[in-house]
Amino acid sequence: MTEETVGTEAGEQVTMRVWRGDDTGGEFAAYVMPAQEGEVVLDVIHRVQATQAPDLACRWNCKAGKCGSCSAEINGRPALLCMTRMDTLPAGEPVTVAPMRAFPILRDLVTDVSYNYEVAKRIPPFDPRPKTVDEREVGGYRMQQIDVERSQEFRKCIECFLCQDVCHVMRDHEENKTAFAGPRFFARSAELEMHPLDVNDRRQLLQQEQGLGKCNITKCCTEVCPEHIKITDNAIIPMKERVVDASYDPVAWLGRKILKRIKRSAGEASATSPAAGPAAVQPRSLVHGIPVPDPVGATAPGVTPEAGDPLAG
Amino acid sequence: MAEYETHDFDVIVVGAGGAGLRAAIEARSKGMRTALVCKSLLGKAHTVMAEGGVAAALGNVHEEDDWKVHFRDTMRGGKMLNNWRMAQLHAQEAPDRVRELEEWGALFDRTEDGLILQRDFGGHRFARLAHIGDRTGLELIRTLQQKAVADGIEVFMECKVLRLLRDADGTVSGLVGYWRPSGEFVVFTAKAVVLATGSVGKSWMYTSNSWESTGDGQAMALWAGGDLIDMEAIQFHPTGMVWPLSVRGLLVTEGVRGDGGVLRNSEGNRFMFDYIPPMFAAETADSEDEADKWYDDHAAGRRPPELLPRDEVARSINTEVKGGRGSPHGGVFLDIATRRTAEDIRRRLPSMYHQFMELAGVDITAEAMEVGPTCHYIMGGVRVDADSAASTVDGLFAAGEVAGGMHGANRLGGNSLSDLLVFGRRAGIGAAEFAADRGGAARVDEGEVATAIEAAVAPFARQGGENPYDIHHDLQETMQSLVGIIRTGPELDEALGQLEVLEERAGRVSLSGGRRYNPAWNLTTDLPSMLTVSRCTTLGAINRKESRGGHTRDDFPKPVPEMGLVNFVLRIGADGGGDGGVGGTPSIRSIGVSPEPIPAMPDDLKELLEETA
Repeated sequence: MTEETVGTEAGEQVTMRVWRGDDTGGEFAAYVMPAQEGEVVLDVIHRVQATQAPDLACRWNCKAGKCGSCSAEINGRPALLCMTRMDTLPAGEPVTVAPMRAFPILRDLVTDVSYNYEVAKRIPPFDPRPKTVDEREVGGYRMQQIDVERSQEFRKCIECFLCQDVCHVMRDHEENKTAFAGPRFFARSAELEMHPLDVNDRRQLLQQEQGLGKCNITKCCTEVCPEHIKITDNAIIPMKERVVDASYDPVAWLGRKILKRIKRSAGEASATSPAAGPAAVQPRSLVHGIPVPDPVGATAPGVTPEAGDPLAG
Repeated sequence: MAEYETHDFDVIVVGAGGAGLRAAIEARSKGMRTALVCKSLLGKAHTVMAEGGVAAALGNVHEEDDWKVHFRDTMRGGKMLNNWRMAQLHAQEAPDRVRELEEWGALFDRTEDGLILQRDFGGHRFARLAHIGDRTGLELIRTLQQKAVADGIEVFMECKVLRLLRDADGTVSGLVGYWRPSGEFVVFTAKAVVLATGSVGKSWMYTSNSWESTGDGQAMALWAGGDLIDMEAIQFHPTGMVWPLSVRGLLVTEGVRGDGGVLRNSEGNRFMFDYIPPMFAAETADSEDEADKWYDDHAAGRRPPELLPRDEVARSINTEVKGGRGSPHGGVFLDIATRRTAEDIRRRLPSMYHQFMELAGVDITAEAMEVGPTCHYIMGGVRVDADSAASTVDGLFAAGEVAGGMHGANRLGGNSLSDLLVFGRRAGIGAAEFAADRGGAARVDEGEVATAIEAAVAPFARQGGENPYDIHHDLQETMQSLVGIIRTGPELDEALGQLEVLEERAGRVSLSGGRRYNPAWNLTTDLPSMLTVSRCTTLGAINRKESRGGHTRDDFPKPVPEMGLVNFVLRIGADGGGDGGVGGTPSIRSIGVSPEPIPAMPDDLKELLEETA
């Protein structure tokens, strides 16, 4: 019989099953701790360090859900240790804490996330249009709130890399990392593409080198995002559509190559993108109705979904 | 002989928060081979926690705002203990630094005519804080991080720096540290070093600071022969959460009060009206009616007393709690739930709402928060030249929270992010110019490297010694109870004694588990800095026999005019202090303190203060 109140009453105990080991292997170790009211998983890990396992490796900084350092997998689900309340986990059962699976293990709960920093370097940086005469006079750019809000949603990202961890293109396919940027960086590219000032064009890169076509929008990334960024609906799908636009319209593509491209305004982009904008409601049928293999992968030469890739979820 | 890898650069910046990133970007732009060394991953520094905004007299919301008013607000907020030149440069240059962020991709919230929106904040006469909802710090660090990456600056992450290295002439020439993932040692040589290591808060029990804030920069500058000033001037944020545990230490942004939130005691009284100091009486509402009109129309009433400078608010809360009118867990109530609609609160304070809901199951649109003073920010730090950010040691520069002087005895909200930008840039220039003028390669003393490494690994050879977590816990208790927000002479003297015992215990730590990503070892190597800055704060607090800004002495409750004319300067004794401390550093007993005059303000700026007062 399960005790409903474990974790809240004085004298109650909680068992933490924490993965211990390094790149050569390891195993779960159990730590039985007195339960305390009002704690998150990271609070208990800290008590384990202070009392039972001083060398238990765990990355953390702010303990407030703002820095995205303490990413791990709690009872099999990618989550921030500092944002997971003990009272939300099944009472009376051990709490399993493992490192992120998509990245190489350094020690215990700490993984090598350098892949993400490498991908970040390969995204063409922000490149603003020149200021207008009026803007030079007032000293700053003019942008409307409604136009900055779309990119602002993606700039909430705390780079916890949980979306990268859960994405099954990489999670079970280390080999895909060479040609796949992952949800975090699709959102970063979307942020730049939707930035009212930016004039760089990242669409060919997204399609040809960053594997946008490999995503078949299972929305796992959106589900684990601690900032509740609608990565799939508001970043990935609009980017897929823009990539399709770029591929289908050779005249426009050539024009952009020759002339310095003038970016579409947010208003124009919204008109062609049903999922665009934080306020836009994505009809369920559109999300789940997109056929597999997805339209980008099917139409773009050289980028096809991998055979046997377990993406059709 | 210990093994270690080496790297050589023109400029090394230690710390990758806002100040460090801004310094590195500037040094790189001057053509310097520049590297950034940080204790965590890039983009995780404490700067991400700043919520309210970045203060700059852009005049987008109130045209009449300009640097002179910002300068005056900053000096008054700092109780005139500020380095006037830093306050001047800060007020003058902050607007350009903010606009520059926009040119690098930052997306601030907008005014109706499309310019950067600015919000009201405590101690600022005009709406001055450029912001992005309540996640301004994240926007700032991400913008600078992305700029640094685009500029090709080399970043060395998860590297703990143990101490600075000097050449035979005493010029700072590099540093020694270790990689946290591997535990292997590394030496960087450089023609100039910029410290941008942030705060000291981890020596207190209740703090908003992340684990990294262990005072490494302040301590390393001191050990290298530099001066620290005003280390007693620590800001306790008036509204940190005291309950529940999962959010203890989490700050509730002043924006909650700017948007209508009020403080109440256990009797339900809006008590701030009882604590309006004469200095602010003319501009502060004296009735709830008048205060409530101000939120919608600043001309209809004077400011609510909840928006007094934060030291006034912190002290008032402390008095209420000590008077037995506190909340069940030793704080007071901060109520916005009954004052604004749920929809309004979620729109104006999205991450605040999200954080409390998710971390603690507290719905701030439905219930009051329990808040109390929490260690937040240190105004004191490395003594620097205002224009170049040069410390008193050749080759060493400091910017951001690790530097002292800019904020005097108390910092205004929003002035820390602008400080990072203004003086981060200046430190980058200062270091680049120093490096360019310095002939030949930087040389370090290999003996000094070996000493530091031997001391760092020594705990692994001991058995049955102290647990570093216990020492850290006891240090936090000592500082919280004896060197907290309200201080007295006898308690401070007691703290001095306890710190000496803690130093002795820290020398007996024993460790196991190897050096690879070992948090117990990481904490052990942070203890020397934490003990050093704690000693400095205590010494400063003992000597400043008055109350001024963030420093409150119960036994000297008023400001003393003569004390407002001096900084308390901390430095290692003339004998160099030896290596009797922990980890081969000078013992905390070798730190001396002396009053030295603050820089005299020129008459034209004095007039400015009077004119705009």
